[in-house]
Amino acid sequence: PKVSERVRPLSLAGHVGFDSLPDQLVNKSICQGFCFNILCIGETGIGKSTLMDTLFNTNFENFESSHFEPQVKLRAQTYDLQESNVRLRLTVVNTVGFGDQMNKQESYQPVVDYIDRQFESYLQEELKIKRSLHNYHDSRVHACLYFISPSGHSLKSLDLVTMKKLDSKVNIIPVIAKADTISKSELHKFKIKIMSELVSNGVQIYQFPLDDETVAKVNTTMNGHLPFAVVGSTEEVSVGNKMVKARQYPWGVVQVENENHCDFVKLREMLICVNMEDLREQTHTRHYELYRRCKLEEMGFKDTDPECKPVSLQQTYEAKRQEFLVELQKREDEMRQMFVQRVKEKEAELKEAERELQSRFEHLKRIHADEKATLEEKKRLLDEDQSSFSKRRAAAQLLQAQSLTANGKKDKDRKK
Amino acid sequence: MLSPPTTCYLLLLQAHRSQRGFFEFPNHGSPQAKGDKTNGSDFGYVGIDAILEQMRRKAMKQGFEFNIMVVGQSGLGKSTLMNTLFKSKVSRKSVQPNPEERIPKTIEIKSISHDIEEKGVRMKLTVIDTPGFGDQINNENCWQPIMKFINDQYEAYLQEEINIDRKKRIPDSRVHCCIYFIPPTGHCLRPLDVEFMRRLSKVVNIVPVIAKADTLTLEERDYFKQTIREELRANGIDVYPQKEFDEDAEDRMINDKIREMIPFAVVGSDQEYQVNGKRILGRKTKWGTIEVENIAHCEFAYLRDLLIRTHMQNIKDITGSIHYETYRVRRLNESNGHFTPHPSDHPLWRNLCNCYPMQMFWFFFFKLPTK
Repeated sequence: PKVSERVRPLSLAGHVGFDSLPDQLVNKSICQGFCFNILCIGETGIGKSTLMDTLFNTNFENFESSHFEPQVKLRAQTYDLQESNVRLRLTVVNTVGFGDQMNKQESYQPVVDYIDRQFESYLQEELKIKRSLHNYHDSRVHACLYFISPSGHSLKSLDLVTMKKLDSKVNIIPVIAKADTISKSELHKFKIKIMSELVSNGVQIYQFPLDDETVAKVNTTMNGHLPFAVVGSTEEVSVGNKMVKARQYPWGVVQVENENHCDFVKLREMLICVNMEDLREQTHTRHYELYRRCKLEEMGFKDTDPECKPVSLQQTYEAKRQEFLVELQKREDEMRQMFVQRVKEKEAELKEAERELQSRFEHLKRIHADEKATLEEKKRLLDEDQSSFSKRRAAAQLLQAQSLTANGKKDKDRKK
Repeated sequence: MLSPPTTCYLLLLQAHRSQRGFFEFPNHGSPQAKGDKTNGSDFGYVGIDAILEQMRRKAMKQGFEFNIMVVGQSGLGKSTLMNTLFKSKVSRKSVQPNPEERIPKTIEIKSISHDIEEKGVRMKLTVIDTPGFGDQINNENCWQPIMKFINDQYEAYLQEEINIDRKKRIPDSRVHCCIYFIPPTGHCLRPLDVEFMRRLSKVVNIVPVIAKADTLTLEERDYFKQTIREELRANGIDVYPQKEFDEDAEDRMINDKIREMIPFAVVGSDQEYQVNGKRILGRKTKWGTIEVENIAHCEFAYLRDLLIRTHMQNIKDITGSIHYETYRVRRLNESNGHFTPHPSDHPLWRNLCNCYPMQMFWFFFFKLPTK
C-alpha cells in the first residue's frame, strides 16, 4: 500500500510546537559544524591569498609562489574557524603557476581534474555499502573565485577558456583583482565588457538566487554589480579616528571596507553572509548530480532501456558481470598461453645450456686424457731413467767396494 | 601534484554575540546588532554565523516532512491521541466520509497526509494507521504487514536514490516514528506487545505509550511503567531514544531522563472544557476533569514535547542515518550475493564484491589497462 497522494491543508486549533523544527535543525548543524570550500583561480601575484586573508580576517599560511612552475598545480589547505557558536571547516584551494607557462593550452586541466576528484571521492562514498555520509568531510568545491587581471580592457582568452570549462562544474564568481589600479569610469566600462564577453561566449557564472523574497532584492542588486572589483589588505591604516584595513599610497588610502572604494564588502556579503548555504546546495544538487549522472552513464548504467522500460540495476549488473567474466577468462587464457610459451622457451634455453655444458665436459675430459697420457709417458721414461740409474749406481757401488777391498789387501800385504 | 590538505589551526575570530536557538554562551561585552559591521571596534566580524540564518531560511522555504505510525488494538484512543498531538483532525477517522467502526478482517495500512503550518513553518504530516492490528483471534505474524510497509518505504527511497536521474529532493515516505499503544492492564506486557516491539524496534523508532492512562492510579501507573521497562530490558528491546545513539554526554543526560519516564502514560482528547477560567483540553467525568496537558494528570505533555518540540529532528535523523542505512546495507549485500557462484567465479570478483557495491566495482573495471 502506497502512501496516500491526497494531501489536505489543515488548520491547527492551538499551538502544537513544530515551529521549533528550524531551531532543531540549526542546532543539529551547529553540533556537526559546517564545511565550505573555496577555489581561487588567478595568475601568480594577483592577490588570491591576500584576498582570502582579508575575507576571513586571519593570516592563512601563505607562500609566495615562483613564476617558473612548469605546470599548473593546486594547493589546498584546510582550517578550522569559529565565530560565536559556528564552527566552520574552511578549505582554501589556490592555483599555483596559473598563467605563467609559455603554452597555456592545458592550464585549465589540473583545475578540472581537482574538482572532478572531489566529486569522485563523494560519489565513491555515496556508493559504498557501508557508508557514513554524515561524518564525511565534504571536499567538493562550493565556490570558485576567478581573478581577472585589472587590464581595463577585456578578458584574456585564457580566462574565457578556463571559465567555459568550469561553468558546469562549479559556481563561478568572477572578481576583478587589484581594483585600485583602475579608475571609476574605466571600471564601469570594464565590467560591462567582461559581462558581455561572458554572455556572448556562453559562460554560465553563478547568479545569486532570487527565489527567496527575503534576499531576492539584495541579490538582484548584487547580480548587477558583478564582477566584483576587489582590493585585499590585512594591513591597518589610521583613517580619521579608526584603524581600517587599507592600502596606503602617497596619493591616498584605499580602504578595503569602504564601498565607495571597492566591492570587497559586497563580495563578503554575498559569498558568506547571504548565499553560503545556497552555494553549497547548488554544488550538491546541480553540479554534483551532473557529475554523478555522467559518470554512471559512462559506466553503462541507464534508468530505462532502448524500449523505454525501466531497467533494473540488477539486470544491467548481471549483463556486465557476464561480460566481465568472459573478458577475465580471455585474459586468463592469454596469460596461461603466455606462461606456457615462456616455459617452453626457458626449457629450450636450459637444454641448450645443458648441451653446451656437456660438450665442454667432453672437451675437458679429452684434454685431461691427453695430458694423462703425456704424463704417463714421461713417467715411464722417468722410471726407465731411474731404473737404469739405480743399476748404474749399484754397479758403481760394487766397483767401489771391490776396489776398496783390493786396496786394503794391498796395504795388509805391504805391512807384512 | 596536490599537496595533502592540512587540518590545522583552530582560529578564534572575535566572538560576535548573538542569542539564537537553545544555546547560550558567554557575553563578550555589549551586545552588537548584527548589521552593525562598520563599527570601529567590531573588527573581527566576518559573518560566518550568518549561515545559521541562511539554513533557517532554506528550511522554512522547503518545509518539513514527518511520518508517524500508530499501532495498537482498536479502542485504545489512537486517533484521538493523534488529533490531540497535532491539535487538528489528522486521524484517518476524521477524514473518512462515513466512519464505520468496523474491525477489519486483516491488518490494513492506511495513511493520510496533511499540510499544516505554524508560524511560517510548513510541514507535511503523514499519519499511518494500522486498523486490525491485534484484533484478530490469531495474531501471530501481525507484525508482518507493518514490517513490510516500513521496508517498502525504505525500498522506495533506495530506488529513487540509486536512479541515474534522480529528483532534487527525494520524497521521504519513510516511517520516522511508530507509536505503540499498550493497553492499561496495569500488570505487564503481553506476548503480542513483546513480539511486535522486539521485531520492529530493529527497523523503526518505537515510542511505547500507555493508552487511556486515566484508568490507572499514580501508584498503579508507576508500577506498570517499571514492569514494562524491565520487560523491555529483559527482551533486549531498544525503544526511542536508543542508548547507543546518544551523541555526547549532554545528549545522554537528557535522554536518560526520558528513558526513565518511558513509556508515557497518556490521555487524549479533542474536547475543550473550562477549568479555573481557562479553556483546556480534557476529559470530563463525574468525578473530575482530566486535563490532558497537565503533567500532574498525565504525561501527554512529555510525549508531545519529545515527539514534536525537542526531538523531532533527531527522530528523523536516526531514521535516515541508522535505520535506513541498515536496510540499505542488507539490501545491497543481498543483491551482490544474489547471483549463484559461477564455477569459474574469479576470486578477484568475489573479493571486490565484498568490498564495494556493484557500481564501484565497475569503476575499477573501466580503469583496467587495455591491451
